Amino acid sequence: MKFRSLIKMGVVFAVGFVLHLLIKVGFINGYYDHILTKICMFIIAAVSLNLINGICGQFSIGHAGFMAVGAYTAAIFTKNPDLFIPAAIAGMPRFFIALAIGGSVAAFVGFLVGLPTLRLRGDYLAITTLGFGEIIRVLLLNWKFVGGASGYFGIKPYANFLSVYILAVITVVVLSNFIASSYGRACIAIREDEVAAETMGINTTKYKIIAFVLAAFFAGIAGGIYAHLMQAIMPRDFSFLVSIDILLMVVLGGLGSTSGSIVAAIFLTIVTESLRRFQSLRVIIYSLVLIFIMIFRPQGLLGNQEFSTPMLKEKIRLLFNRTKSGKGHTSTEGTE
Amino acid sequence: MTLGQQILQQLINGISLGSVYALIALGYTMVYGIIRLINFAHGEVFMIGAFVGYFIITLFKLPFILALIFAMIFCALLGIFMERLAYKPLRDAPRIAALMTAVGLSIFFQNLMVYLKWIGASPKAFPRVIEITRFEVIENVYLTSDKILTLGVALVLMLALQYVVHKTKMGKAMRAVSQDKDAAQLMGINVDSTISFTFALGSALAAAGGILYAVSYGKIIYNMGTMPGLKAFVSAVLGGIGSIPGAVAGGMLLGITENAVSAAGMSMLRDAVAFAILILILLIKPTGIFGKNTREKV
Amino acid sequence: MPVLETTDLTIRFGGLTAVLDLNIYLEAGELVGLIGPNGAGKTTVFNMLTGVYKPSAGTINFCGETLCSAQHAMLPSLISMKGIARTFQNIRLFKELSVLDNVKIAFHQHVKYSLATSFFHTGRYAAEEKEIEKKAIELLQLFDLDNKQNEQAKNLPYGEQRRLEIARALATNPKLLLLDEPAASMNPQETQNLMELIRFIREKFDLTILLIEHDMSLVMGVCERIYVLDYGKVIAQGTPAEIRANPKVIEAYLGGENIA
Repeated sequence: MKFRSLIKMGVVFAVGFVLHLLIKVGFINGYYDHILTKICMFIIAAVSLNLINGICGQFSIGHAGFMAVGAYTAAIFTKNPDLFIPAAIAGMPRFFIALAIGGSVAAFVGFLVGLPTLRLRGDYLAITTLGFGEIIRVLLLNWKFVGGASGYFGIKPYANFLSVYILAVITVVVLSNFIASSYGRACIAIREDEVAAETMGINTTKYKIIAFVLAAFFAGIAGGIYAHLMQAIMPRDFSFLVSIDILLMVVLGGLGSTSGSIVAAIFLTIVTESLRRFQSLRVIIYSLVLIFIMIFRPQGLLGNQEFSTPMLKEKIRLLFNRTKSGKGHTSTEGTE
Repeated sequence: MTLGQQILQQLINGISLGSVYALIALGYTMVYGIIRLINFAHGEVFMIGAFVGYFIITLFKLPFILALIFAMIFCALLGIFMERLAYKPLRDAPRIAALMTAVGLSIFFQNLMVYLKWIGASPKAFPRVIEITRFEVIENVYLTSDKILTLGVALVLMLALQYVVHKTKMGKAMRAVSQDKDAAQLMGINVDSTISFTFALGSALAAAGGILYAVSYGKIIYNMGTMPGLKAFVSAVLGGIGSIPGAVAGGMLLGITENAVSAAGMSMLRDAVAFAILILILLIKPTGIFGKNTREKV
Repeated sequence: MPVLETTDLTIRFGGLTAVLDLNIYLEAGELVGLIGPNGAGKTTVFNMLTGVYKPSAGTINFCGETLCSAQHAMLPSLISMKGIARTFQNIRLFKELSVLDNVKIAFHQHVKYSLATSFFHTGRYAAEEKEIEKKAIELLQLFDLDNKQNEQAKNLPYGEQRRLEIARALATNPKLLLLDEPAASMNPQETQNLMELIRFIREKFDLTILLIEHDMSLVMGVCERIYVLDYGKVIAQGTPAEIRANPKVIEAYLGGENIA
């Protein structure tokens, strides 16, 4: 068991290192470097949204709002050398501190938004997070210090592939660990049956808020990365549509599956980049995909379980049986 | 202009805006009452209603009242279509699935508008359907003709709704289904058609709201439904979601508050006000003004 | 001092008074039955005792502490931590999760490692998780469910789901266990086994038990004392023999179920 996870970690670091080398020697050009970094950023965003929507069973659609908070906060700290952090700390260390501050501010905002909403049962979180995302956008449009509608420019490109890759790995490890722990099980219990969870001694409001604040924190980090990747941010970068993109990653990967979110984040970021010229058509397709998945395969395109070697073996075995016997019976999925 | 006159003037403006919110909120509240779903695409029905009205007036040169009626019929059908295709298959699915579908529909309709060449992303001027004249109600307090139109149409529709819900067989079925779907079914009520009817009713009201909004603001755009939709939802929660008089009261209250904030010189914050109200109401009285305390059966 | 004592406990839903002036007590180690016709308000009593419903009036005292009164009401989660656990009439397992996870979740309130530890799996994490798993499996063994620990809860047969619910409730380490129709739709043999199981867990876990049941053979067989509820009011109480002979009880049940 220990040995397996060591191997897994080894593979993860080897992949990162190899990609980093390929970028350094110029085998991967600037454009693909940019996309790879963006993929890692979206992995952070998707895996964190999965925590609240997939694991905890709540419905947040304002993830881009928390990214905006993180992005602007982090950018303010790297752009203003005298602000709060001593000017002596510059370059990458300053970037990481700014990210941590951005994430923390987003988490705090998440706490403020979640506190009144999450103690209620029902769908209030959806509308509150939607409203929150819109309000953040309106406030940023009117805030002259960060450029208002024209945007906040001249942010230093600290977010290189290697650093963002490492951040993505840390995010995935931390959140997977959380999900596997007793605290994560408490969140899953809330998703399964809130009343039963409550009578088992789980303070449902508390754990919903913990999950929500954690998700907001990592969304803030993702936002901070975005700012230092694009070097310019404007309020419309964090519109509702971005929240929907991330939501689709979570849904496509299977609600509750961290590895599914990762795979879907990689896939959808690439698709989004290649359809960049057809913005409204892309969104139409995405929304239809979202609707069709919900109607026909609510457990997500890839199923709601984690990717693992036994699971893949099982799938292959089932596939093999299906072709042999002609009838496809899948016992490990189909959780309607 | 005295303070009293100013307050009265803002009250009139607020009620006019609030009646539009109320019309949209009615759809939210009825649909929520009957299938416990926040229909995120409701704001888009409002937008489509305005566009249908626009095309009927500009292309077919029909009078305002016919445009209103056609738009309402069109959106009623759209509502039924939406319910049958997207929500009905999910009636027994986890709630999050229906919510996501609703969000998907909302995004879909908005971007469909942008994608259609003859609509696009830029705003269109809504034709002037009524000569704007000002009447001085009392000294320094004015009522404009477009506000009278908005208030008049909204009032007629609300009275009509009241009649439908309380005096017709379909209305009785709606109330029964919202109480207990299974029991209503056993009493021989056709639950499916009742739900469809509720969507049709709510969507028609949203369409009317969309046209009235367009008349007041003079322009329409693909994303015009987002903010009014959000605010109408806040109105519905404020009044007590599921309650029809609550939706009307909530809409009025929100319209008045928003106008008061603008009048106080903080128009930048008027969109944030609705959100603040939502948070406050959820903190203090989540069931809203007219809401009943319902508990989950355990 | 009784483990549990209610004073004038009342709850109204709109115009309907579901439970009126309920005064019941349970001494430590007692096994008490709560019976009554359908709709008498039995499950509503459980919902008040576990904090799921907030009573309209009256107080609940548990081990010398006030769980709820006119001034305040504890959250269900806190009441669970104080030591009241329950099962549900309509079985509320975490259906999509494994049998083992269902029990592990109930251990959550006793977890000592911190939230920060859960992020990095440092310190006590591994040891404590191992301990939880061990305890959970031990519990499942008692209920003869350990061979099904990796199955999804929803795939278990009905009787096993009921047993799993009891196992899950015990994992919270309660002093008082509330069982809501544990024998519902069990056959006589299963009911017999359940009776023995209830007696056994009471000894082993040093429990006080309050149970709602329609199966009179079970109630009369295991309970030391019985309360009879009708239209939200206690109409009779006493030993099984006394209850059997009480004309009021017979009247309440007349045309309904067969007593004894």
